[in-house]
Order: sequence, then C-alpha cells, then structure tokens
Amino acid sequence: MKVEYRVYLGIGIFVLLVTVVYFFWAKEYGGAMMLFGTAGLGILPALYLGWWKRRMEPRPEDVEDATLAENRGPVGAFPDHTIFPFVLGVGAFLTALSLVFGAWTAVIGLSLIVFAATSATLESRRGGAI
Amino acid sequence: MTIAEERSELAHEPEAGGHHGPTGIYKWLTSTDHKVIGKNYMYTSLVFLMIAGAMAMIIRAQLVQPDGHIVSQQMYNELFTIHGSIMLYLFAGPFAFGGFANFILPLQIGAPDMAFPRLNALSYWLYLTGGTTMLMGFFVTGGAAAFGWVSYAPLSSYTNSPGPGPDLWIVAIALTGFSGIFTAVNLVTTAFYLRAPGMTMFRMPIFTWNMVVTGILILIAFPILTAAMVMLYADRHLGTHFFTVAGGGSPVMWQNLFWFFGHPEVYILALPYFGIASEIFPVFAKKPIFGYKGLVFATLAIAGLSTGVWAHHMYTTGTVLLPFFAALSLLIAVPTGIKVFTWIGTLWGGNLQFKVPMLFALGFLVTFTMGGFSGVMLASPPFDFAVHDTYFVVAHFHQVLAGTAIFAGFAGFYYWYPKLTGRMMREGLGKLQFWIAFIAFNMTFIPQYLAGLRGMPRRIPVYLVTDHVTFLNQVSSVGAFLTGFSFLIWLLNLWISWRKPIAAGDNPWDGHTLEWATTSPPPHHNFTSLPPIRSQRPVWDQNHPEYADYNTEHDGTPKKEVETR
Repeated sequence: MKVEYRVYLGIGIFVLLVTVVYFFWAKEYGGAMMLFGTAGLGILPALYLGWWKRRMEPRPEDVEDATLAENRGPVGAFPDHTIFPFVLGVGAFLTALSLVFGAWTAVIGLSLIVFAATSATLESRRGGAI
Repeated sequence: MTIAEERSELAHEPEAGGHHGPTGIYKWLTSTDHKVIGKNYMYTSLVFLMIAGAMAMIIRAQLVQPDGHIVSQQMYNELFTIHGSIMLYLFAGPFAFGGFANFILPLQIGAPDMAFPRLNALSYWLYLTGGTTMLMGFFVTGGAAAFGWVSYAPLSSYTNSPGPGPDLWIVAIALTGFSGIFTAVNLVTTAFYLRAPGMTMFRMPIFTWNMVVTGILILIAFPILTAAMVMLYADRHLGTHFFTVAGGGSPVMWQNLFWFFGHPEVYILALPYFGIASEIFPVFAKKPIFGYKGLVFATLAIAGLSTGVWAHHMYTTGTVLLPFFAALSLLIAVPTGIKVFTWIGTLWGGNLQFKVPMLFALGFLVTFTMGGFSGVMLASPPFDFAVHDTYFVVAHFHQVLAGTAIFAGFAGFYYWYPKLTGRMMREGLGKLQFWIAFIAFNMTFIPQYLAGLRGMPRRIPVYLVTDHVTFLNQVSSVGAFLTGFSFLIWLLNLWISWRKPIAAGDNPWDGHTLEWATTSPPPHHNFTSLPPIRSQRPVWDQNHPEYADYNTEHDGTPKKEVETR
C-alpha cells in the first residue's frame, strides 16, 4: 500500500507547490482555487491510503517474493450477469433528457432509477447472480 | 509467427472455460464481465470513430475548393463540432480507458474482474446513451451543437446558440463524463486492490501504470467539466450569469474551467496509448522495457504538470500569466522526451520484428514526436500569438491526438485482437492498411501546418483563392480520403478474420505480461492458473527460464549471483 499512498501524495504535494507559486505570482484567485482543490484530490486519497498503510501488514501483492498460495480463498464477490445496470443507465438517460424535452421523460427515468437501485440492492443482499 | 494449432477449436468458441451464461443480446445487456464490457466499449467507440471519420470526409470535401458548397455553413459548423466532440469524448478516451483498459488491465495484474463490475456495466450504458444523445442533435429543430467542441462562451449562450441541439450536447457530455468518472474509480481501485500475489506496484506492466495515472487524472479533471456543463445549462435556461458580461459574469471563466479539464484531458487521451506502445515495443524487440521506473515517473510527472498548464490555450485572451504557463508547458516536454528516449532505448539493439502491431506503434512514435515538437513551439507565447486559431494548431493536435489514438490504437487492436477473440488478423492486409494510413495521415496534416503558417484560420467553410492555400488544402483532402480508405482495409481484415478464422493460440506474439498466460479468449474470471510473478515479465520468465529477468542483467547476460527463489 506504500507505493499507492506515495503516488497520490506525490501528485498532491506537487500540485500544492504549484498552487503556492501560482497564487503569489499570478495573484489570480480563480485558478489558485482550482489548483488548491486539485491538490486536495491528491492529498485526501493519500491520507486514506496512508491511514490504512499504517494499520495493515503488507498484502501478498505488496511482497516481492509472495507465492500464489498466499492468496488462497475467495478474492471477492463478482456478480455474473444482471440487468439492473442497464435499467439504471436507461433511467439516467431518460432523466437527463428531461433537461431538453421536458419533465415527462424524468417521470419514467426516475421510476427506472428507483426500481433498478432497489432491485440491485436486493439482488446483492440475496447474493444475486454472483 | 507462433500459432498453436492445437487450440484451433477455441477460435470457434465465444467463451472458453466452460462457463454457461446468457448469450446473444441478453448477454450484451446483462453482462458484468470486464471482457464483454471492454469489447462493447471498443466496438462502440470504433463505430463512433467511423461516424466522426465520415464527418471529417465531408469537411475535407468542402475545403477542396476555395468556395466549397458541399454543405451549408451552418451544417459545416455542426459537423466540425460533432466531429471534434466524438473524437475526443466518444472515441479516443473510451476506446482506450473503456475498451483496452477494461479488457486488459485485470488480465495484466492477475485479477478475476474489475473491482466494481456493476458500476462498470453502468459506465458503459451511460457512455452509449451519452453518445446517442450527442448524435440526436442532428434530428432536432435547429440542428446539432455548432459552437466547436470547446463550447466557448458567449457563443454557447442561448441567444447565440438557440434550440435543443446544444442542450443535447451538454447532456451528452454530462452523461459521458459520469461514465468516465465511474470507469476511473474502477480502474484505480482494481489496480490498487486486486493484484495477484507478487505483482507489486513496480512490477505492474506499463500499460496498467498508465491506466492508473489516467484514472487519477480523470478523477481530477472530469468533475470540473461536469460542473462547467451544469453552469452552462443554468446560464442557458435558469437565468444565471456565470459566463455573461451583462449579468456580471465572465466569458473567460468558461475558458478557465473548460481548459482546467481540457488539458489534463489531452493526457487522459494520450497516456493510455503511451501505455499500449510501451507494451508493444518490448515484445517485438524481444527485450524488457528500457528504463521502467523512468517511464513510470515520467507518466506521474506528466500527470502533475498537466494540471498547471491549462491557460496555454488562452494566451491570446490577455488575462493569463504568460511566463508561468509557458514555463510549465515547456517543462512537460521533459517527461515526454524521457518517454520517447525509453522507447528508443527499448528498440535499440533489439531483435526487431516488424509485425503489424509494431509498425503501427512505430507510426505512433513518428507522428506523436512530430506533433510534440510543434507543441513545444506553440508553448512559446510569441509564436502562439502568430498562429493561434490557425490550421497550424489544427495540424498540431491532430498529429498529437489523432495520430496517437489511431496509430497506437490500431497497434493495440492488432496486438490484443488474438486475446480478444482467439483469432489472428491478416498480416498482409494489416501492413497495407498501415502504410496507406501512415502516408495519408501525414499527407493530411503536414500541409495544414503550412496553411496555418500562411494564416488560414480554423473552422472556416470557405477561403479565398488569393489566400494561396488551395493546393495545400487539396493535398490535405486527398490525404484525408486515403486515410478514410485505409479504415476500409481494416474492416475487410476484420471481416476475413471473422469468416475465415486463423486460431491465435494463447500467446501468438511471445508476449511478456500476464494476459498471455491465459487462454484466448480468456475463460470466465480469467485464469485457471497463474505463473509465479517474480519480475515485470512473468510470462516471459516462464517461457524462457534461461533468460528470465530475475536471472539476467538488462542486456541479457547472466547475473553474477543468480538468485534462486
């Protein structure tokens, strides 16, 4: 986890330095604000990854001479096939179209979103097609 | 070429590995398998490429004559807007980080799937519906958006661009923006949390590294674009004045917001293709990549620097700090130069095999370097003042972006097509396609540099005979038509490979990375077994233990103290 943490931290600190230089040189607050936000997008995930790095042993994927057997057991739960992402996508599409063609498409779209989100959650609780 | 004939039966089986899931259209609609979604992305984006390419043909036909009348001026504006929008939002990015990355990244790190398979499927549907939304603009009153892919204020205001077409464009960008964000979350999480034991970060293939950095850049850049779209929509319909002077807003703020997304976006589009080239050069040079860590740090440096160069697109607004942006823009040439240096170092002294993927990768190297040099020129404010908004800029970004996406994109397609389908494409047709495309592509864009230096502005449907750019435009148009023709050869190659398959076997190129350790196409959840991961090239190590990376120096000579693990 060390490298992952350092990748984010490196980007965050670099952009923070650029922010400071830009702020005092350009004296333009809009750009400085955007750069500051970007530095945050590097530093915040770095803090999360760093927090975990301190609290966990190196994982098999962090160890150079780890053997495949060290990862025995399930890697995770991967759903096989499910219709709900498609329904959710169509719902989002129709909802977004309401910004152009009027609210009626949002009625259908939001209904589909609620249906798909609920069904996908229930599918996960049941185990679904995993 | 090494083709394992004993696996020929797999060329006819869509899904090896004995998994029985849905088939046909139901499989397409319901699959959360990263390989199916990756292929969906790839083929959808290639269809978008064909549509945008057809638009480019019309644009070039219009410019053959000084006073062209192929399309109306309004239609011309719509065509170059949607051509650019498709190429940047719907082809170059999704082809790489939706298509290749989805299919290849989990395989390269030994993962069974992406970290969030359902989110992955949702990303694809948002991308497809977003793309459809953009094209719907041609079928509504007033036509599609006609303000350029950058949508500059105040041209994009409701007064200047009325009708539903521009709104559809805004909605399309928002939908595809969310699709990109979800894909980026998936890519970064997968690479951080689903690697196989022994696959440390500094053993990840360069393609995977580049996709991680691309993912981080997407997460930085895309939310800004989506926010800017919300503000633009609010200005058009809700009475806000973010970008209108009359209400106290600032049109230049749009440019700041757009390019704060737009310049990282350039690298979001380019880095995945750099990754593809970085996979292909070592395999066809029979060497490990030269300067692995240099490449990784160069990629990270490009990512960092790309967030601080947005205003080099805005030199002529007179509102930006020129020395700051010129310095950072010129600095990007350093890590980019390191990349070019490492690619040449990889090829240097290698046992080069000029197969089709290698040819396309070399074509990418040439066109990208050429476009990169003109980028360094444009980073200099005095030069940019002279050629801003001319065809010089058009030629520059087409060589950098279209050259990268097309040449490295096809390199990747030819390289991984055997893994995608279990079939080979025909070498002869591939080479014919490459040479026509390479010559025609440069024939299209090198004259545009000259036209730009003679002062021809971009985005104009007509020009004067006295501008002395007629011949340059004619050469450029012939080049464009030939480039279009080269795609037909690719389609023919694809069709022949579909109708008369040649089995690929698991590892037809003697590839180095983990995707070549599994069957072609890979089984459900990818691997039945993995080789031990002891270097950056586990499959090479397994297939060539006498030259395994952990036993040899970079030049292939045995290490003095052979490690036995």
